[in-house]
Amino acid sequence: MTGDAPAMLAGMLGVIRRDLLLAWKRPGDILNPLFFFVMVAALFPLAVGPSPEQLEFSGPAVLWVAALLAMLLSLNSLFLSDFEDGSLDQMLVSPVPLPALALGKSIMHWLTSGLPLVLISPVVAITFRMPASVTGFLMITLLLGTISLSLLGSIGAALTVGLHRGTALLSLLILPLAMPVLIFGARTVSLVAAGDGVAGGLYFLGAYAVLVLSFAPFATAAALRISNE
Amino acid sequence: MTTKLSANDLTLFRGERCLFRHLSFALNQGELLLLEGRNGTGKTSLMRAIAGLISFEAGEIFWGDVPVLSDRQAFHGALVWMAHRVGFKADLTLVENLRFEANLRSQSGADFDEVLHRLDIDRLKRLPIRSLSAGQQRRVALARMLLSGAPLWLMDEPFTNLDREGRELVVKLTSEHLDMGGMCIMAAHQDVEIGSNAQKIVLQ
Repeated sequence: MTGDAPAMLAGMLGVIRRDLLLAWKRPGDILNPLFFFVMVAALFPLAVGPSPEQLEFSGPAVLWVAALLAMLLSLNSLFLSDFEDGSLDQMLVSPVPLPALALGKSIMHWLTSGLPLVLISPVVAITFRMPASVTGFLMITLLLGTISLSLLGSIGAALTVGLHRGTALLSLLILPLAMPVLIFGARTVSLVAAGDGVAGGLYFLGAYAVLVLSFAPFATAAALRISNE
Repeated sequence: MTTKLSANDLTLFRGERCLFRHLSFALNQGELLLLEGRNGTGKTSLMRAIAGLISFEAGEIFWGDVPVLSDRQAFHGALVWMAHRVGFKADLTLVENLRFEANLRSQSGADFDEVLHRLDIDRLKRLPIRSLSAGQQRRVALARMLLSGAPLWLMDEPFTNLDREGRELVVKLTSEHLDMGGMCIMAAHQDVEIGSNAQKIVLQ
């Protein structure tokens, strides 16, 4: 598999630009996961009660679980419309190497669902009485974690794109691989709140993102070929 | 003239069903291959398999001397496929869709506006694909073929949804493409009169 770099870059940027344009024309697709995230984070304190200790204690965990589920929610549709209208077929027979296009789709998924979560998290963190110093770390862990989740999720979305109602299967496939992200993400924020050292957790999240980045586009491309047979 | 596309002893299964066995063909520059057969005999499957989307049970396809599977990019760079589903984004405009295509495959350098004018879709430039009729969408798919520089055209039922002028246009564009040394594989269940040297494969 050889391909010249400019063509790969053009194909990847083309996918990102096209899908951002689509997202701009149908903003509901982006707003749904974001809305879910905000709702969970806003309702949880109401259900737990106004005890500040409890909120501060559970804040990192709840925000991270909500972020993970919000990411999963938006994954199902990642390749679905491309599959249904035949543009996935056109991408599969294009001379641009498929991993480049798959990476483009993952980047665009992160831009439209991961990044908005990161950006809105400081606002949501207020409902958990999270101090500003901790909120900064929440954003950093979410930033690193959602990158991994978007890339991993693309593999699952590609594998289940040909199946009807593949959402449950998609979650089952992705969650085991996403567990380390959740554990280290939530735990790192808790540690910051407790005043402990956090470098280890951040290093892990960063390393995991790089690891996933190194294989996810290829796995996604292979999965797309299989599920489109 | 050199043989560009050749297929050797192809066998294709879909599920448990064997669509065909021991199918071979060779296509030279300027030649047309017609795939005929009733509905459900596997014309589309054969075309998807030639495009590399389905793998053959046995047999191989060569582009020049090279097996297609060993250099997929080179082969895909040489083909453009007009599938049953047009493969455009319904919410994007005609121009936005074709601009995306330009990122995917090399372009022939044909003048954009001229191609649209020829296909009689230049008035529809700013409209989202959603609001185009089925026949107009097929015309946009034709524009994709004309704008790409690919020598091999795969056309799956290109006459579907087109009016009489549209069908004549398909015939005319295809003959021009063949005259310029291009190749075409066309699945059709109606009689097609293009050029003189058309090969036929009838699927049972």
